[in-house]
Amino acid sequence: MNDLLEAPFDVKDYLRLEMMPHFMCPGCGHGIALRCLLWAVHELGIDKNKLAIVCGIGCSGRVGAYIDANTFHTTHGRPLAFATGLKLARPDLTVVVITGDGDCLAIGGNHLIHACRRNLDLTCLMLNNEVYAMTGGQVSPTTAIDRLTTTTPHGNAEPTFDACRLADAAGASFVGREVTRQAPALKNVIKAGLAHEGFSFIEVMSDCTEIYGRKNDLGESPEMIMSQKSDMRPEAFGNVADQPFRANRLRAGIIAQRDRPEYGSVYRQRAAAEQAKAKAKS
Amino acid sequence: MTTPSLASLHGNRACAAGAIAAGCRFFAGYPITPSSEIAEQMSRELPRAEGVFIQMEDEISSLAAVIGASLGGVKAMTATSGPGFSLMQENLGYAAMTEVPCVIVNVMRGGPSTGMPTRPSQSDIMQARWGTHGDHPVIVVAPASVQEIYDETIRAFNLAEEFRTPVIVLYDEVIAHLLESVVLPQRDTVPTMTRKWASGEETTFLPYAATEDGVPIMARPGDGHRVHVTGLTHTPDGFPTQRPDLAAKATQRLLDKIEFNRDRIERNETFDIEDADVVIVAIGIVARAARRAVQELRSAGLRAGLFRPVTLWPFPEDALREAAAKATCVLVPEMNAGQLALEVERVVGPGKVARLNRIDGEPIAPADIVRRVREIAA
Repeated sequence: MNDLLEAPFDVKDYLRLEMMPHFMCPGCGHGIALRCLLWAVHELGIDKNKLAIVCGIGCSGRVGAYIDANTFHTTHGRPLAFATGLKLARPDLTVVVITGDGDCLAIGGNHLIHACRRNLDLTCLMLNNEVYAMTGGQVSPTTAIDRLTTTTPHGNAEPTFDACRLADAAGASFVGREVTRQAPALKNVIKAGLAHEGFSFIEVMSDCTEIYGRKNDLGESPEMIMSQKSDMRPEAFGNVADQPFRANRLRAGIIAQRDRPEYGSVYRQRAAAEQAKAKAKS
Repeated sequence: MTTPSLASLHGNRACAAGAIAAGCRFFAGYPITPSSEIAEQMSRELPRAEGVFIQMEDEISSLAAVIGASLGGVKAMTATSGPGFSLMQENLGYAAMTEVPCVIVNVMRGGPSTGMPTRPSQSDIMQARWGTHGDHPVIVVAPASVQEIYDETIRAFNLAEEFRTPVIVLYDEVIAHLLESVVLPQRDTVPTMTRKWASGEETTFLPYAATEDGVPIMARPGDGHRVHVTGLTHTPDGFPTQRPDLAAKATQRLLDKIEFNRDRIERNETFDIEDADVVIVAIGIVARAARRAVQELRSAGLRAGLFRPVTLWPFPEDALREAAAKATCVLVPEMNAGQLALEVERVVGPGKVARLNRIDGEPIAPADIVRRVREIAA
């Protein structure tokens, strides 16, 4: 395994090639996100045998099956809860959650805020394509206002979630965001999240050209990812903190990083103290 | 110390003690009456036993975390009651589909909905079998005493490991809070099973290929086989399929794994059954009332007997058919509007079956059963 460390990054070393061709649509950003994750895994020298990928349901949920690691395709919205059990039982594993905007913010929203609060050492990659794509293009919590989807035929009237502000407010000790247009920058944010001890939340601005972009005249994939890029502000430009929901301009890069006790190690310390007490008694 | 010890425990405490004796080292749960004492005791004991307890944000995530821990290789359980059990159905199906060993305790209280949280009931008999969607296997054990809660919790873990399936320990609030003497065996004399693990050295390994008894060998993360686990219908290699022939095979194997191993799973108890004209079929605290009723009826000259399924699902149908063959009537007393009776009618035929139901949150007393049998006999 460790000879991979010496080699330059080759995504094929980390993929289940027998699963190719993959089933993602032409122009989908999820493949770039996958590549950037594996690139970060490579640069950090993480052993594939010790890498666990936990996915939810939806297009994002299908990404895990292509990774040559221990991969778990779980139930809708619950990957963070599965990952919590796995990481507590097996602290030796690097546990990465791949989820989507619907999976993570709608059906799984409660698990997200408690994962942020708990601060267990997990890395959560939320692939945000602003739509329920797998089910045919319904509105999601991150669909922009006025957008057309199959369940907002007259335009989306609901405000949009800013997932990073939610994660930040709930106490995530690492919050990052990047667009797929800037693969090296995305890789670097994921790498920093993986290296961070504690709960890392990373929003990847992905794009769904097939059933979201086309419906809203957003162009093909190049146009979509270019406009996402122009929607982003590097952190140096400051945050629009007074906006209750996602503003037109979003911060990118590492948005928050703070030192908070990692839950797993805190639990194990307390357990060890209990064990010592019990031993002293007997 | 080589002798077993005697303890005075209530049912929920015996459950937690049994789990730890069986090797359970992970518990995730959410507070709910009348099962919370199990979580409380696990939160005290598990860190001392190098295990992990976590209180999750709801019952959905509790079972998810349990399955996650079990996928990591640790024996894991959760405990709940009706409303929480409803929330767990989603991931119960996932555990059945992905064949992840785990134990779910459901202490039954009055329903539907929030119902009567502190009152006993037996109204989750069918939910335990059919609560999650799709054709799925499940094992449910139904203890009737504090001792049996201890023993059956251990057996639940062993069955879960042996057959790679979720196992439900189902009992009513009465025995959950009943204080009784329990014989606790020495830890090293407790019979424990562990699932079959892949060594990681195998050159070809199919994570969902059936072995002789239909149960696949499991790969532990980190041991070398990097496998895929999915709730989608999958082929022996673990990856999804929609091919009708392969899909049918996959689901059939899941069901057969339990069906073909009934002799290793089923357990029942009979009392005065040989010459009984009236066979009473009951579980949990009602079975204990029925036993007392049988004694009273016998001393009054009425030939009554008791058949008690200890394994509730798969239902011990051959054993009941045999036990009830000579009886003129089969009476099913239960603390619900008639659930166990449906299965008994299926097994012995509807013409023979009489019912006795209580849905007022009170247990069925021996006198209730005696009265009902006298009515039938008259």
